[in-house]
This record gives sequence, structure tokens and C-alpha cells, in this order.
Amino acid sequence: MKKIFNLIFFATALFMISCGNNKTSEAGTSTDAAVPAGGQENVKDDVSTPDVVKVAVGSKDHTTLVAALKQAELVTSLANAGPFTVFAPTNAAFDKLPAGTVDGLMKDDKKADLQNILQYHVTTSALDVKFLTDGMTLGMVNGDNATISIKDGKTILNGSATIIASVRASNGWVHVIDAVLLPPAKK
Amino acid sequence: MKHSFSKSLLAISLLVAGFVWLQGCKPKGTQSAVSGDAAAKAYVAPGKYDEFYNFVSGGFSGQMSVYGLPSGRLFRVIPVFSVDPEKGWGYSEETKPMLNTSHGFVPWDDLHHIALSVTKSEHDGRWAFGNANNTPRIARIDLKTFRTAEIIEIPNSAGNHSSPFITENSEYVVAGTRFSVPIGNKLDVPINTYKENFKGTVSFIGVDKTSGEMNVAFQILTPGINFDLARAGKGKSAGWFFFSCYNSEKANTLLEVNASQKDKDFIMAVNWKKAEEYAKAGKGVKKAVRYAHNKYDDNTHSATSTIMNEVLVLDPKDCPDMIYFMPCPKSPHGCDTDPTGEYIVGSGKLAAVIPVFSFTKIQDAIAKKNYDGEYDGIPVLKYEAVLHGEVSKPGLGPLHTEFDGNGNAYTSFFVSSEIVKWSVKDLKVLDRVPTYYSIGHLSVPGGPTKKPWGKYVIAYNKITKDRYLPTGPELTQSAQLYDISGDKMKLILDFPTIGEPHYAEAIPAEMIMKNSRKIFKLEENKHPYIAMGEGKTKVERKGNEVHVYMTAIRSHITPDNIEGVKLGETVYFHVTNLEQDWDVPHGFAVKGISNAELLIMPGETQTLKWTPEKAGVYPMYCTDFCSALHQEMQGYIRISPAGSNVPLLFSTGTNLPAVTAPAATEKPATK
Repeated sequence: MKKIFNLIFFATALFMISCGNNKTSEAGTSTDAAVPAGGQENVKDDVSTPDVVKVAVGSKDHTTLVAALKQAELVTSLANAGPFTVFAPTNAAFDKLPAGTVDGLMKDDKKADLQNILQYHVTTSALDVKFLTDGMTLGMVNGDNATISIKDGKTILNGSATIIASVRASNGWVHVIDAVLLPPAKK
Repeated sequence: MKHSFSKSLLAISLLVAGFVWLQGCKPKGTQSAVSGDAAAKAYVAPGKYDEFYNFVSGGFSGQMSVYGLPSGRLFRVIPVFSVDPEKGWGYSEETKPMLNTSHGFVPWDDLHHIALSVTKSEHDGRWAFGNANNTPRIARIDLKTFRTAEIIEIPNSAGNHSSPFITENSEYVVAGTRFSVPIGNKLDVPINTYKENFKGTVSFIGVDKTSGEMNVAFQILTPGINFDLARAGKGKSAGWFFFSCYNSEKANTLLEVNASQKDKDFIMAVNWKKAEEYAKAGKGVKKAVRYAHNKYDDNTHSATSTIMNEVLVLDPKDCPDMIYFMPCPKSPHGCDTDPTGEYIVGSGKLAAVIPVFSFTKIQDAIAKKNYDGEYDGIPVLKYEAVLHGEVSKPGLGPLHTEFDGNGNAYTSFFVSSEIVKWSVKDLKVLDRVPTYYSIGHLSVPGGPTKKPWGKYVIAYNKITKDRYLPTGPELTQSAQLYDISGDKMKLILDFPTIGEPHYAEAIPAEMIMKNSRKIFKLEENKHPYIAMGEGKTKVERKGNEVHVYMTAIRSHITPDNIEGVKLGETVYFHVTNLEQDWDVPHGFAVKGISNAELLIMPGETQTLKWTPEKAGVYPMYCTDFCSALHQEMQGYIRISPAGSNVPLLFSTGTNLPAVTAPAATEKPATK
């Protein structure tokens, strides 16, 4: 049942992406009142706790991720009620990829690949780190699984990306990781 | 009988039959009233908002509903005088005191009229007031939270219909009794001694300038007539209040005939500034009464109810020059003052004319004692002396009048089903538009204020037999929106309403939306049973009560496994919504509970009381769709027989199947 629901949710998210409003303002700082853009990500709200997108936008260590989320048109989806857990690679993590990888993925004809990678960094559940246990499998939004391991008190994804900080967002958690997760190769 | 006014259909039928000549006034070519681009004028695109909020009384639903204009979309039903299991109103421990009265807990009432707060007779967007017509009360709704913040009962009143109209700076909200009743110590009297023993009252409810808190400042004792509607003056007439009255015959039975014997009833003019002086000067008498005063606190998220024991009553015998009667044809219903404050429009619902009174002439007649005798010792001003003029042949059954900012009046006609636009100054009819069904009240944005915004007039209809699909014996009630920006009124939209719409007001959206509260801050939550974070959740036994300090956040409740509660104990679930995110309430319900759900706003704590009657395991869950994993937001509470030795346990995420030890030995979570 949960899987079916997640599929529906995923399909809805895809639909939202394909119909997405390309005009994604800097969250919460839009002053472009002359052209009111629809959509919940554009609603001015300085009172609520920031959502996962606003948390990422507010971090100077995540400018690559934020640019990629915009290019992949994922801002609308991640601004909704969630719950989400976003594993957020730092700029340094993206820099560890082979030269030219990020620039390649940011091209319009690679949008589907970028979306696949970014959706592999999100799971539809608000998971406090204390809920992540050794050997646990997480179903990611792109449809693939990621595996949790605990070593020396550190929580690691797929044996390669370590959670180095966590921020509670209104619609879930942002766990900062030190490496980019790569979805398993297609069979 | 659906309609609020009390005269008979028979009388109306006779009126219609007798006045066939008025057929000439019936609308012709009704098609022309609807233009082809009507739907586009009511459309609100994504990223845009409606231009006005429309606060609409719910009539016998007891609630107030909020619509957008011009879209006609329903935004919220604010529970006021009736319980609302959907929102836990009247079911949660915190809200039950709001519905307390001198008669005990009253779960329903009949909300007829709205008054939005004003400063200098212009909307200020702070509060909306509503009246309870049955068990007399006035409610104040806070327009920051869109919730009922306060309810005060009106003593010495019965049928609080002539209410909650408001003075120029919201100093007072009035409450005129529809029914006159025995007042004082001797309440058990024969009904047919009405003329000797029954009295009316109009109460002035003081409103604190800053907090909005209400108090019954004073009451004026009046002859035993029926008060219908009222309006304060404005500008030059701001120190006065005008009340329409019927049953000057003082009938106590078959009013539909016996209260229609005289050609004229009255509009009662009250010099409220003078009344206020008399009250301050100690001219009143303090009488023993009982009434409830209920307040809701947004920090403790709880209501309190206090029973009050005294009211100050002013008797006109001891207070000269305070009230006067003005004759007004045939059981006046609507009593409306124009934006300048000079003109007072009385709508005799059985009258063939609309009389318009002049405030200047009223003052002149009072100065010259231009009286037409007295009524129970109160001076009656000469009709001709106070009349500005009459609108002749306006239509059939005039009820209510509102105004635009351009010197025009809009009057609803129940019998001839139309809105008629006329000029206040020269009393000429300018336009008329069919309302298809029998219209009751009508509203122009800012229409009762000194500064009407105009643009629309909205018709409120109780009978809708031509445009709505049948739904059994009763059809929906509705509102119709007309564009009045041009010379001709044009129908734009027809939308269904909650309950029976009586009076309504509309106000520009920007005056309200900028103040609308998004969340309650957790750090400001002073509820005695708050769990400030999941680490503070617990289950405590106090005598035969079990208090569950619970939290809810996307997408789990804590604790979600509870065991060890026994039959004979009463469980209180105190649920704190830990969200600090706009528009993310959580709901809470338990299987088999003889109670409603809770609906808990972000940062709020609410309590659901339950006395289980059977042992077993009971599911509980979040009822308000909150997230993609809303369906997973659930838990169990186990109820054991009285005398069982199951220990009190509670946890989330740790009560796993036993691997090395039996589950029964698991220790309570202490995170």
C-alpha cells in the first residue's frame, strides 16, 4: 500500500515537474509583485520554519545543489508538505566528482539524468538521524534503494557518504553529506 | 417558516393580490441582467487572491462563514455558537467553556447578523461580531485567527435579534431583545398579562479599545415591544442609535395578525451618548441577574467561563431626553443609516413605501417638542416632522438597505424578489434587478460604514427554486453577486452558502490578510499539559485519571504505543502539534470514542477526554491529511480490565517484538 502510494506520489511529483512553473524565485525573497507567480513555493511566509528548499537556499555550502534543484525543476515538489528527508551533498562533495560532470548534468538535454540523481537524494519520510539504523534500506524518490550503515557512531549512506550535519526543516530533515550519491547502474 | 421576519405569508399574499397595479414594477426582460462575460469577472487566477472577504452569517447553523469575492469560494466556516465536531469546537476540553451559559452548556444557536469592527465608522479589520438569536449572546471573532475569541450572554433578553450592530468607534455593540419578557423578581406570570408584566431591553455591550474584551455596560428598559434591527448613526448622528420595532400592539398571541393592527409601528431613536452619561452618573439601578462571560486565550489555548451576577439598568422614567419613538409604517424590519449619517431608512416589510428620515429634522422636532403624544411615557415624534421623504412604489416587501459611496441606496424586496437602486437625496428609483428567488438581506462592501467600497452588491437568498439541482425536500441557500460599478446592476455569480445566510459584510482583503496568523509559536504555548518536544511526552496517572502528554509532527504521534490503562479510568489525550509551519494542522481521533476529533493548529495543544467502556486495543490516528505519510501517522492504546497488572507503558519506535525478552517486561520509555 505504501509503495503504491509512493508511486502515485512520485507520478504526481513528475507531473508537477513537467508542468512546473519555470519561474522559481529565490524562496521567500521574491519582490516581483508585478508578475505574481502561482504555486506554494512562491508564497511569502517569514513566520513558519523554513522548508527543506529554503534550508538549502540559506546555506552557502549548498549553492551547487540549489542550482541543480532549480535546473531539475524540483523546487515545487520539495516545497510541499512532504515529509522529506533530503541528503544534501555540499559544494565540496560535488567538486569531488570527475571534472566536467556537474557542468554536463546542468545541460538541458541531460535534465532527466540530473533529476534521477537528485531524486536519489530524497526519501519521502521525515527521518531523524536516530531513526536510521545499521543495515536499514531507504526507498528513494527515484525508485532505487540506498543502504544505511553505522560506523564509529557515524551514519553513512551506501558506504560512501557520511552525514556530517542535520537541520530540521518544516517539512522534514536536511542531512548534509560529504559525497554525492550515485544511483545504481540500470540493469 | 424559513424567513426571519414574523408576518404571515397570508398577509403577504393578500398584499400581492391587492396590489396588482405594482405588477408594472416587476422586472422585464430578466435576460438582460446576465451578461456573457459574467464568469470571467468571478475568476481568480493562480497566484492571485480575491478582492474582498465576505463574512456571512450562518443562520440556524449557528456559525459564521468566510467567502472570497468575486469568486464566491468558501474559505472557512468559523464555529461560533454551535458545536463543530469537525474542529473539535465544543468537544475538546479547551473549547467546552465557550458554549457555557446561565442555562448550562448550550450546543446550538441561530446566528443572524454580522458587525465588523469600525474606527470613525470605517472598517478597521480587527473583529467580527455575531449574535445568538435564541439564547441571547454576542460573540467576538478575532480576525487574526478567524476564531471565536469571546462570547457574552445578554441578561434580561429573549431572542437577541436586534444585534450586534456597532457604534462609530466600536465603543458599544448593541443587543435589542426581540421578545419582551417578564423582568425582575416575578418571572412566573400569566402570559396574557403581557401588557402589565412584560418589558423590552436594549443592551449596550462595551468593547475594550485594545483587547476587544466585552462587558455589559448598561441596559435601557423599554415598553414591551419587539426589537427587530438597528444601526448606529455616523458623522453628525454618531451619538445616536436607531432600532426598528414591531408589535407596538403588545400582542402575546397570533402576532401575524395581532401585531399588524396599527398603520405605524416605531423606530426607536436612542441618544446613546446621553445614556452613557446617565450610566456614569449613577442614574441606573443594579439588578441581580445571571449571565455567562466566556473567553478564549491564545496562549493557554483554553477557554474560561465566568458567571456574572449584576447588570446596570436605565429606566427612561429617570433618564429624560434619552429615547424617542418615530412612527414608521407597517412593522419596520431594516433600519439603516446612510454614509453621511443624515438619513435613516426604515423598511416596513408590509409597507408600500420606504420612509426616509432626516437626522437634522429629528433634532429639530426634539428641540421644538414636535410630538404626536407619548407611548408608555416616551415622546413620539411627529412622522411628517422627521420625514425626509418616501420612496414611492419601490417594490413589494422592502427589507434591508445598503449604500454605495455615490449617494445611492440598494434595497432588497422579499415579495417582488428584486434589488432596487435608488437615489438617497431625491428618492428616485434608478434601476432594478431580479433576484429570481426571494431575497432577504443584502450587502455592499463597506455598505453600513461611512466609506463604502461599492463595486458589488450581494443578495442573500433563503429559497432557491430555479437554479440549483434538487437535493430532496430542502434546497441549498445561496448568495448572488451583482456588479454595481456601472449604471445597471449585473448578475455575475450565484454561490451556495452554509446554513441560512442573514446579514453579511464584505471588507477589502488586504485589510485582513496581512494580519492573518500563520502559526502559534510553541515557545508562547502556556497550556498546562503541553509536551514541549517529543522528549517531554509522558503518560501520568492521577487517581483515576490518565493524562497522555502527546505530540504530533509529520508523520508520527508520540507516544504511539500506550499500554496499562484500566477500565474505570478516564483518559485525557493532551495533543501538542509541534509543527511550526503554516497550514499544517494535525487531527486526532480514537476508535469508539463517544466524542469528536481534535483538530490541532501548529503550536497548539488540545485535549480529548475519553472514558473507555471495554477492554481491548484501540487504534488512534491523525485525521487531517498532513503529508505523504499521513496514512502512517497512527498508533494504539491498550485498555485492560480494572484490577489488571499491566504496567503503564508508552513509547514510539521502540516497542518492538521481543527477541531476547518478553514484551511485557519492557520498561517505559524515558527519552
